[in-house]
Amino acid sequence: MNIELLKRRSEFEWEISPHGQMRVPAVIYASEGLIRAMDDKVYEQIRNVATLPGVVKEVYAMPDAHWGYGFPIGGVAAFDPDAGGVISAGGVGFDISCGVRLLRTGLHVDDVLKVNEDLAESLFRNIPAGVGSKSHIRLSDKEIDDVLLGGARWAVSQGYGWPEDLNFIEENGQMRGAKPEEVSPRAKERQRPEMGTLGSGNHYLEVQEVSTIFDEKTAKALGLNKNEVVISIHCGSRGLGHQIGTEFLKEMVVAAAKAGIHLPDRELACAPINSQVGQSYLGAMRAAINCALANRQIITHFTREVFNEYFPEAKLELVYDVSHNTCKEEWHVVDGKRKKLFVHRKGATRAWGPGHSELPYELQKVGQPVFIGGSMATGSYVLVGMKTSAERSFNSACHGAGRAMSRTQAVRKFQGNKIVHDLKVRGILIRSPSFRGVAEEAPEAYKDVDAVVDSAECAGLAKKVARLKPLICIKG
Amino acid sequence: MVSQKRWEHFSHEADIGVRGIGPTLKDAFEMTGMALTAVITDPQSVHPQTPVPIKCRAPDRELLLYEWLNHIIYELDTRRLLFSKFDIKTITDTELEATIYGETVNHSQHKPAVDVKGATMTELRVCEENGYWLAQCVVDV
Repeated sequence: MNIELLKRRSEFEWEISPHGQMRVPAVIYASEGLIRAMDDKVYEQIRNVATLPGVVKEVYAMPDAHWGYGFPIGGVAAFDPDAGGVISAGGVGFDISCGVRLLRTGLHVDDVLKVNEDLAESLFRNIPAGVGSKSHIRLSDKEIDDVLLGGARWAVSQGYGWPEDLNFIEENGQMRGAKPEEVSPRAKERQRPEMGTLGSGNHYLEVQEVSTIFDEKTAKALGLNKNEVVISIHCGSRGLGHQIGTEFLKEMVVAAAKAGIHLPDRELACAPINSQVGQSYLGAMRAAINCALANRQIITHFTREVFNEYFPEAKLELVYDVSHNTCKEEWHVVDGKRKKLFVHRKGATRAWGPGHSELPYELQKVGQPVFIGGSMATGSYVLVGMKTSAERSFNSACHGAGRAMSRTQAVRKFQGNKIVHDLKVRGILIRSPSFRGVAEEAPEAYKDVDAVVDSAECAGLAKKVARLKPLICIKG
Repeated sequence: MVSQKRWEHFSHEADIGVRGIGPTLKDAFEMTGMALTAVITDPQSVHPQTPVPIKCRAPDRELLLYEWLNHIIYELDTRRLLFSKFDIKTITDTELEATIYGETVNHSQHKPAVDVKGATMTELRVCEENGYWLAQCVVDV
């Protein structure tokens, strides 16, 4: 990105001042190095988001921002329903409520390394992953509606996981306001064989070692200890979310035109929140959030079953579950006034600071955990929301390393089998149904996750707690 | 100048673009289907044995491409099929009728790389240039 186009507010904060049709400023949080490497499309897209009706205060791009659909991935924007604010299917993304959950095992890395080959095989066999993968779960029409209303709470009621898990999931595992009747039969049909599956692309299940602790006190509060093993699960609402996104995007192109909204990019298609299409999408999107929460809960159950074979004494407790493709109705203070806003986070994680009323008692002192997935080789991070994130970004932080190279480039440059071999030498076991899929997700195709996380911390969005080193990666 | 119908991919930072080119709009649309399959697997590894009928309607040509690709993705996802033959019987600016042919996903035979979540409106373009039609968009994977 051309740095000359930006006004530098501070070392990690860059402003695109309102011009043209922009209603508010756009702000990018990143180091100079990340900004220079960022795609020009991020500039164009975040500027476009700032033109939408009812947008509030400022729009934001996180340090991992890259070219997305309408919104950049890593984009955050809030809209006021009482000021003609809109909701955008592109601002949520196709994989609605895609997210990450982290489980702690209490196991020492040396114990896991003794069985890591067998453990990798068992996880690969038991966690459905990749194209066309199915789980053994088959749901009736009534059960699909129950999933869409109940989320992870439904999953727990069916024996997938434990009631105490719910306390450590956003919305306590169940998004309110879901309307299964707004979800099309085609979306439900697409989901039917996909409950409890990881999917493909950048989705994964990773067994990781807590390799570095940056903040002992917070790590302790989250139950994270150096050299112990944790598990990250990254996936979303599968076919159902994708179908809802696809259908509403088209519907919103028509709705935006009807409402007289000028769209600089059709992918920014949106509808006023207080409109029939806006409300219909909200109900369907919330149902998809519940689908994703249930999906990650079921995969958690499968993972516990596998670990139980090897470590019957281990208790895999949920640290937290975050979603990073959502639009949520939240209260925020803008210009000294408390307002109810609809906050879009497309490839961005909610990051409540310490003391926020929506956090469970156990996390009140530390803030909301934020999980940043890196590449297969480089590792991931645990952060927590900072108080300053309320003012800086509507309590939002980054979600991953962000791609630095397209899939087509990655496939041309890397070989999947070589990556699997090289990582094995480094002690990282990859299990994937597709070598080409591995090549597309090559570690070098991603940005430097350390730089992304450092920028998030220096910008006052989220604070580093621990770094996680991959041991086993089940790649979708 | 292109001499015949063909498909290709183009780069998008996070995802991938599919493009069909041909002497007619029908050819260009059919080739986007091949490009879509090629995101997942080598189309030559897919035997076109099972027919699936497809009908799409949309307000304009570009949204028709969006509908066409999303319809294929829906069939792919729900029937667990991969497609390698796309036979469009009729096509206008707002409607198309086709039969697509494919076979059930077989992991050892097809080695599928990635699921396609949906066709998007990013880089969505259907146009005629120098007597050749081009149809393209980015697909989310």
